[in-house]
Amino acid sequence: MNETIPPKEERMTALNGLGTSRKRVEDARFTQGKGNYVDDIKLQGMLFGDFVRSPYAHARVKSIKTEAALAIPGVHAVITAADLEPLKLHWMPTLAGDVQMVLADGKVLFQGQEVAFVVADNRYAADDGIKAVEVEYEELPVIVDPFKAELDGAPILREDIADKKEGAHGPRRHPNHIFTWESGDRQATEAVISEADVVAEEMVYYHRTHPCPLETCGSVASMDKVNGKLTVWGTFQAPHAVRTVASLISGIAEHNIRIVSPDIGGGFGNKVGVYPGYICSIVASIVTGAPVKWIEDKMDNLMATAFARDYWMQGKISATKEGKITGLWCHTTADHGAFDACADPTKFPAGFMNICTGSYDIPTAFLSVDGIYTNKAPGGVAYRCSFRVTEAAYFIERMIEVLAIKLGMDSAELREKNFIRKDQFPYQSALGWEYDSGDYHTAWDKALKAVNYKELRKEQAERLEAFHKGETRKLIGIGLSHFTEIVGAGPVKNCDILGLGMFDSCEIRIHPTGSAIARLGTISQGQGHATTFAQILASEIGIPAEDITLEEGDTDTAPYGLGTYGSRSTPVAGAATAMAGRKIRAKAQMIAAYLLEVHDNDLEWDVDRFVVKGNPERFKTMKEIAFASYNQAIPNVEPGLEAVSYYDPPNMTYPFGAYICVMEIDVDTGTTEIRQVFALDDCGTRINPMIIEGQVHGGLTEALAIAMGQEIAYDEMGNVTTGTLMDFFVPTAWETPNYQTDYTETPSPHHPIGAKGVGESPNVGGVPAFSNAVHDAFKSFGLTQSHMPHDHWRIWTIANKLGLHEM
Amino acid sequence: MIPSNFEYHKPDSIDGALSILTEWGDDARVIAGGHSLIPVMKQRLTDISHLIDLGGISELKGISIENNKVSIGAMTTQHELITNTQLAKFVPLIREASLQIADPQVRYVGTIGGNVANGDPANDMPGLMQTLDASYELTGPNGVRIVKARDFYEAAYFTAREDEEILTSISFSVPNCGYAYEKQKRKIGDYATAAAGVLINMDNDTCSFASIALTNLSDTPVYCEEAVNNLVGKKVDSNAIKKAVHYCVEASDPVADTRGPVEFKKYVAGIIVQKAIENAIARV
Amino acid sequence: MEKIRLNMTVNGKDVEVLTEPRQLLAHVLREELNLTGTHIGCETSHCGACTVDMNDMSVKSCSVFAAQAQGANITTIEGLGTPDGLHLLQEMFKEHHGLQCGYCTPGMITRAYRFLQENGSPTEEDVRFGMSGNLCRCTGYQNIVKAILATAEKMNEMKESA
Repeated sequence: MNETIPPKEERMTALNGLGTSRKRVEDARFTQGKGNYVDDIKLQGMLFGDFVRSPYAHARVKSIKTEAALAIPGVHAVITAADLEPLKLHWMPTLAGDVQMVLADGKVLFQGQEVAFVVADNRYAADDGIKAVEVEYEELPVIVDPFKAELDGAPILREDIADKKEGAHGPRRHPNHIFTWESGDRQATEAVISEADVVAEEMVYYHRTHPCPLETCGSVASMDKVNGKLTVWGTFQAPHAVRTVASLISGIAEHNIRIVSPDIGGGFGNKVGVYPGYICSIVASIVTGAPVKWIEDKMDNLMATAFARDYWMQGKISATKEGKITGLWCHTTADHGAFDACADPTKFPAGFMNICTGSYDIPTAFLSVDGIYTNKAPGGVAYRCSFRVTEAAYFIERMIEVLAIKLGMDSAELREKNFIRKDQFPYQSALGWEYDSGDYHTAWDKALKAVNYKELRKEQAERLEAFHKGETRKLIGIGLSHFTEIVGAGPVKNCDILGLGMFDSCEIRIHPTGSAIARLGTISQGQGHATTFAQILASEIGIPAEDITLEEGDTDTAPYGLGTYGSRSTPVAGAATAMAGRKIRAKAQMIAAYLLEVHDNDLEWDVDRFVVKGNPERFKTMKEIAFASYNQAIPNVEPGLEAVSYYDPPNMTYPFGAYICVMEIDVDTGTTEIRQVFALDDCGTRINPMIIEGQVHGGLTEALAIAMGQEIAYDEMGNVTTGTLMDFFVPTAWETPNYQTDYTETPSPHHPIGAKGVGESPNVGGVPAFSNAVHDAFKSFGLTQSHMPHDHWRIWTIANKLGLHEM
Repeated sequence: MIPSNFEYHKPDSIDGALSILTEWGDDARVIAGGHSLIPVMKQRLTDISHLIDLGGISELKGISIENNKVSIGAMTTQHELITNTQLAKFVPLIREASLQIADPQVRYVGTIGGNVANGDPANDMPGLMQTLDASYELTGPNGVRIVKARDFYEAAYFTAREDEEILTSISFSVPNCGYAYEKQKRKIGDYATAAAGVLINMDNDTCSFASIALTNLSDTPVYCEEAVNNLVGKKVDSNAIKKAVHYCVEASDPVADTRGPVEFKKYVAGIIVQKAIENAIARV
Repeated sequence: MEKIRLNMTVNGKDVEVLTEPRQLLAHVLREELNLTGTHIGCETSHCGACTVDMNDMSVKSCSVFAAQAQGANITTIEGLGTPDGLHLLQEMFKEHHGLQCGYCTPGMITRAYRFLQENGSPTEEDVRFGMSGNLCRCTGYQNIVKAILATAEKMNEMKESA
């Protein structure tokens, strides 16, 4: 007979499962400086490699002389494209079906491009060697403006594919054209727009920026020639995909490659791509027989690895006089840089840009996207967003504002009037998505009430009056944003990367004493997976989160998965975790039934144990069951207690939110002060509220940076003018406001625990909120659209052009 | 971001530093806090084979205020300028400006001597020293000479200091008047989009003394003599301020960069100067 | 180029390293002394991830030559607290979720350590200004500020009760 069972509530609390603000298990090592990041890895005899990079944006490489570099003490090798060519490694496939030079093969196509790889005893000697490599360039004309790429006489950038009429995504009409991608009904949309009462048209530019994690990219490759095994530690957001790609391009059998993502110092999409540095460290290790480390510096990182955005979105939106939206049309010119290295699922060359109908019930829509080559760095990664969702959300949230101006309607009301209603879910969008769930009106009402919207508008009007009277030089801007995300890529039927279906996985082993280890195909870069996935599991299998170790990132031990980006970990790997947990529980039920000598169906689950129905004092705890699984011979049940789940999500998840920003703008200096930011998120079931709030704070701050100053800018020669953290805006604690957060909870109907993902929502919703605040302040003076980033001089220019400096 | 190698010297006297400087000539550079020099060395934009660290020379440190005269050793850090209570009491302008330079970590290391001697037009101290009409003490193999801050700057990174000289100290009189240092920047740690230092004294409504200098609005700091001449002796009303601001903007000659185009910088310069003048008057 | 013998006190221990004068303090700590808690983010003295305490000052060790650190007394994150007895700042950063990826954290905590020595009862504005030499890309600072204010409060409580 068992002793008294503690009350249910007490047992649930002990689990620290779903919904609790469990403190992070990662923090012990991070706060003590005991994290293990790639640059912390030190192997016996390890060498250091780094790049000679092109100072030019477009040039022919006439010659590379390495003798002087090789004569420098400590320099072991200088690798060029000529050395890689026999191995067929001088070019590599990109994630978008294009190819990319690993090292300059006859020419360079962007400033900072990798030209040669110098391998030396340490980073000091490597740098000495880099400075001694002599490269002779012949400068070529440069394209930095995608609208000039197809003009007569434009230089052909990609000579390697100049004659190729068919690319990975269909026909190419010009050597500098990559693809045209279409979604929706062009004819119907154009018809609706031509017949509409009201049409607003605008070019919305989302400028080029960069994820800029604090830790740059890097790798350590070690080729063990004795065992024929290659191990690569690196900043990989998708370690398994890297293993497969590495195997395919190197010819090394996949079982002989081990990829390890150690602790990662922030990713935000920057670490999804496969970079020449990774390849070169591997080749250098093979060539030298020693482990080789490559760590880029921040300037390299900003110049060469994975930009984000750079979408020119020409839009038309139509409505009835009453403000019911009837159609949306968008043509995007996408500046992809020198190689198409976008990190998107294969079938989506413009990512999920076709979520650009946003939170609104828009019956007819059409989107076309032209991908264009320019002399800029390749990339096009999802910087804290899910494959171009940020661009889409910014586009629609700007178009709503310009439509509201055209209609003479308050844009909050316009949104409310056009939201997809709760009863319309699951909702089929005009551009082909099935929105799983949502309750936009409730979130919106809550947000407007929280900021006292009507009062704010009144205050704004009074300020405007004072401004006209000459009593103040400051305007108030109220930035509204209601976004719908599309995350959790994705269903294998339409989502793959390089042919690898975008499922994810979890493998659980319960130890005899009732603790456990779970391994996932994802990799945390600060999201706190070790904390939150243990919480999911705790609630599923009744073992306290404290007794569950989480492991990710080692391809030799973790089950195959597609990694962490696009807010996919919780929707996909989180689902796999719950499903694997349920498999454990199913087996545990059989064991408990055997031990209690009842039929399986006579048992019910009760927090942390199976109880005989109607006889609550007869039970077996998970801990007891775990031990039994290792020491009892149970007929028809294998020993041990393990499970694995590969989860192929039936649909994407659609988190949403309502954000409002109140900003003070000085028209004379162009300076801004954020007075209030309210962010309501609905990410479905909430696993750890503390972590959700932290994600929202962080994402909002990245949104603030992007909207208000952060950009990768080029001059007309193709030189990067924002290559250090002096010019590339990353706000400090001083420029960052306090945030007010709130939530509603609309669980995903198809996710095992109803969770939707949250990490990227605040960036997706934040950028339009901040940008709309700037636009809103100048709305009454006739401003409809002005491009980001809204730094001081650009805001000043808005005011100047509107004649506000002559008042 | 790795510097080329150099030989390191750390003399404990000015004479010692000078003799190394003389011995190695163009190959040698002195280093103070290093927050301007080290980034340049890391990018290998300059070739230095002998680095002379002034950090070991105690005579270059310290702040003294005697008989209304302030003397600051070149190796005094921004942090020391901020935390020195005497200085804060007698010349609060220095503290106000220093707090707007770089960030806390950089201010622990960055020195006043390095900031004024480097000749970087983006640095704040040169304009500030022109506002205070400071004198720089330059010590060279032939002894000591004094150059006024207002005469020191010739062009970006070109100053009146000879290669074999070391800027050893800075002195100026306690201003005893209204003061302000206004700076617009994109974020903490950034150089000025526009900045202005102002000292002003009033005799009832009439301006009895004024000094104005601008930062990062030309290839050198800009001492605004015409603006000053148009203020002193005049009744100060909004028109007079407007006129002074006009002369300051006229004197500026900014270049376009990532902080913005020329017309924007000139406009903001006007706003910043006006704020600085008004603040300074309010503090008389 | 001749190497120099560099003597420092690091986390209370006297150390001697043979190094080129150009070696940056951050690299000496990380590579020679295996104190990898000090991180390198930007190498241009903007991000503060490499912040260490040197002679009672917070400095960015990516912008200090090893040679300049001769005789210095240095505290890195490894010198604050032990696994069995975390420094209060370390506890409060965990308690208030003041970190995510952990890359900026050692610099943040070492900087906050010095900041609180100089200002034991800061306002929120003081903290934001005092911490403005450290960048974080994950947290949006709100919880870092909270953690530092909570540390100050607890330190003052402990002082009062002592």
